[in-house]
Amino acid sequence: MAEENNTPRPGLFEKGGKLGWLHSTVDAFETFLRVPGTVTRKGAHIRDAVDLKRVMIIVVIALVPAALFGMWNTGYQTSTLYGLGWGFWMCFWKGFLRVLPLYIVSYIVGLGIEFASSQIRDEEVNEGYLVTGMLIPLIVPVDVPLWMLALAVAFAVIFGKEVFGGTGMNIWNPALLARAFLFFSYPSKMSGSEVWIHAPKGVDAVSGATPLALASEGGVSALSGDASLWHLFLGDIPGSVGETSAIAILLGAVILIWTGVASWKIMVSSVAGALLVGWLGCLGGATDVPAYYQLVLGGFLFGTVFMATDPVTSAQTECGKWIYGFLVGALAVTVRLFNPGYAEGMMLAILLMNTFAPLIDHCVVSASISRREKRIRTA
Amino acid sequence: MSSNIVLKRGLNIPIKGAADRKVLRKVEPGLVAVNPTVFKGLVPRLLVREGDPVAAGSPVLMDKDRPGILLTSPVSGTVKEIVRGEKRRLLAVLIESDGKGTAVDFGACNPAALSREEAAALLLKSGLWGGIISRPYGVVADPEAAPKAIFISAFSTAPLAPDTEFTLGDDAEAVQAGVRLLSRLTDGGVHLCLNAATYSASPFHKIEGAIVHTVSGPHPAGNVGVQISHISPIRRGETVWTVPVQIVAAMGRLVLSGKLSLMRKIALTGPAAEEPAYIEALPGTPVADLVKPEGNVRIIDGDVLSGTILGADGFTGLFTDQITLIREGREKEYFGWAKPFRPKLFSSSPCYFSWLTPRKKYDMDTNLHGGPRAFVETKCFSDVTPMDIFPIYLIKACLAGEIEKMEKFGIYEVLPEDLALCDYVDPSKNDIQAIIASGIDLMIKEMA
Repeated sequence: MAEENNTPRPGLFEKGGKLGWLHSTVDAFETFLRVPGTVTRKGAHIRDAVDLKRVMIIVVIALVPAALFGMWNTGYQTSTLYGLGWGFWMCFWKGFLRVLPLYIVSYIVGLGIEFASSQIRDEEVNEGYLVTGMLIPLIVPVDVPLWMLALAVAFAVIFGKEVFGGTGMNIWNPALLARAFLFFSYPSKMSGSEVWIHAPKGVDAVSGATPLALASEGGVSALSGDASLWHLFLGDIPGSVGETSAIAILLGAVILIWTGVASWKIMVSSVAGALLVGWLGCLGGATDVPAYYQLVLGGFLFGTVFMATDPVTSAQTECGKWIYGFLVGALAVTVRLFNPGYAEGMMLAILLMNTFAPLIDHCVVSASISRREKRIRTA
Repeated sequence: MSSNIVLKRGLNIPIKGAADRKVLRKVEPGLVAVNPTVFKGLVPRLLVREGDPVAAGSPVLMDKDRPGILLTSPVSGTVKEIVRGEKRRLLAVLIESDGKGTAVDFGACNPAALSREEAAALLLKSGLWGGIISRPYGVVADPEAAPKAIFISAFSTAPLAPDTEFTLGDDAEAVQAGVRLLSRLTDGGVHLCLNAATYSASPFHKIEGAIVHTVSGPHPAGNVGVQISHISPIRRGETVWTVPVQIVAAMGRLVLSGKLSLMRKIALTGPAAEEPAYIEALPGTPVADLVKPEGNVRIIDGDVLSGTILGADGFTGLFTDQITLIREGREKEYFGWAKPFRPKLFSSSPCYFSWLTPRKKYDMDTNLHGGPRAFVETKCFSDVTPMDIFPIYLIKACLAGEIEKMEKFGIYEVLPEDLALCDYVDPSKNDIQAIIASGIDLMIKEMA
């Protein structure tokens, strides 16, 4: 990047230069390595040190415990189910080797599309995909074929985000959209009891149902032994890569709440919604699983902490966040209790509430405006 | 009807370079500018030619649309130059002071005995009317209008703002006279807002003829717009006037002595200021007489949040009571955003660790610390806006240019300065104040 005053000709990668069509890409790497020397022109002359890159990297850091645990758990589940007797590090290493390709595919496909569309729009590359790319491998079964994952990522990024104008403009959480794409296009790879645990080569896949599916069929009595409350909390159970461990997710939640990146209001109200519907379900005889089990089963906690709180697709008003979060939790458990075909409801609950978040905000804002007008009239 | 207003939301920015409570020197007027660009909504028309003699208080410019509004010379001397910019836009009238101090005599009077018309006429011909700002929109007040009330904020919470107790402590009598004069202009009364923290020791707390409020909280608690929204929010069709306390004192001196006297203490602040302290100078003083910064330094008329950039060859204006100097931050920083600690930078966000050093003052510069993005994190806006509005919705309505929505979301209650902190905290690095300003310009155009 040249200084303003002493460049008679545009540089190689600048607009008008030979490789000018690459300038978004080059700028992206440049600003990734160094904070640019841009100064304020209008408005406040000084600016806070925080930028979107920092906000996004905080989310990525908050996801690390869940990702690391997911890697270990992937190895551990295989080792346990097939009686391989791997040690701790061996479990982690084998799991790492399984999860790494998911990450590589997620980032290469996603970032590639992100860079290309930024170039087409002639904008700086947004950092939103850093988080989306980190999330997607954590919410799919570990054995999902890589080409399916690539297709889902491409769909989510192009139709979930770029067509709306990129990061900050999207209606639905792109990571969940990728999962929904997989779920509806390739249900055999996304549900059932054979997809959750990686089978070593040459061995027939053995059934390894998730505790959520067990509870859906057998009620609370099915949740014992390896699927007891303690194991659900710890996370050494079958499930999507990153969603199993409540402890790891709660670590991430602490980071997100402390830094203010994610709204604690959404998390708290989502938990409240789930508990309420879970309790009503117990009371009405729809299930015999106590309400608090709903919090540690399936993807509820992961969705509540990392997906429902996405600042772009959730409600924007503080009052709206309470309503939005509550409905996410309530809907998720409702689907779990009353949908016989599919045990998990978190994904659809969040996507549905993403759709309704602007409506919630609209109601909150309209109510506030009429209250305000009344106040001013009497003032 | 006085009240105590406690504000919780807001942010005090810990920037280095607060002015010491001492006067470094007094700038004897040499070349002084009458600067019409600082008055919003005023189209200047010349009343003098180069070479004309003027006295302190004689008219130099008038408003094209409202000819009663005059801008007057702060010194006696001769008109030296008329400075024009692009498209012959009038930028300044330069007056060479003769050092004699001849002044037009407007006649000392008892402000309480004046009628509304007399009070208005005095302010109009003395050139101080331009100091009355009308809300909504922040334009120069219309002499024909009947404001709901007049608001004065006797303190500022802006970064490094001058301490009015120091700058006007000896002028309490003039402020009192100014308040009495202003109270002639409205039936709704004059509201005076004082800092709750220093209320009892304030030189202004005994002022009569005004409804006194105390306000506490972080910036923007001292912004008159925020105070109005808590005392008497502006409805559609209503007008309120605000007058900076500095100008109130000048109005008071005018009625006490009969002469225009604009000499004031200007705070020289900012991390790039060599010796932050006060300088006595007239409005219209060339920047070069006040500061001569070395290196790549930005000179700001006002505070770092909503001040305007003055070039090294610029002039201060009627409202100037602070000059801030900060370095231009053009350095690139390797892995800036990825470093766990950046101890030299301040962030109000817990994404960094500034909260560990709450008393530290920072050497801030003009670096943007990131690139412009779409809105993502928006709660930070309402966290620094202690008003009953949804900042993000107002901002979006301004961007969309939707008059009806802007009205509903409170465009009448804000000026860009009231949302200046949104500029500062936004991780997406949008220019919120510019967006609000364009919204206000649209309102002026559409509602005219």
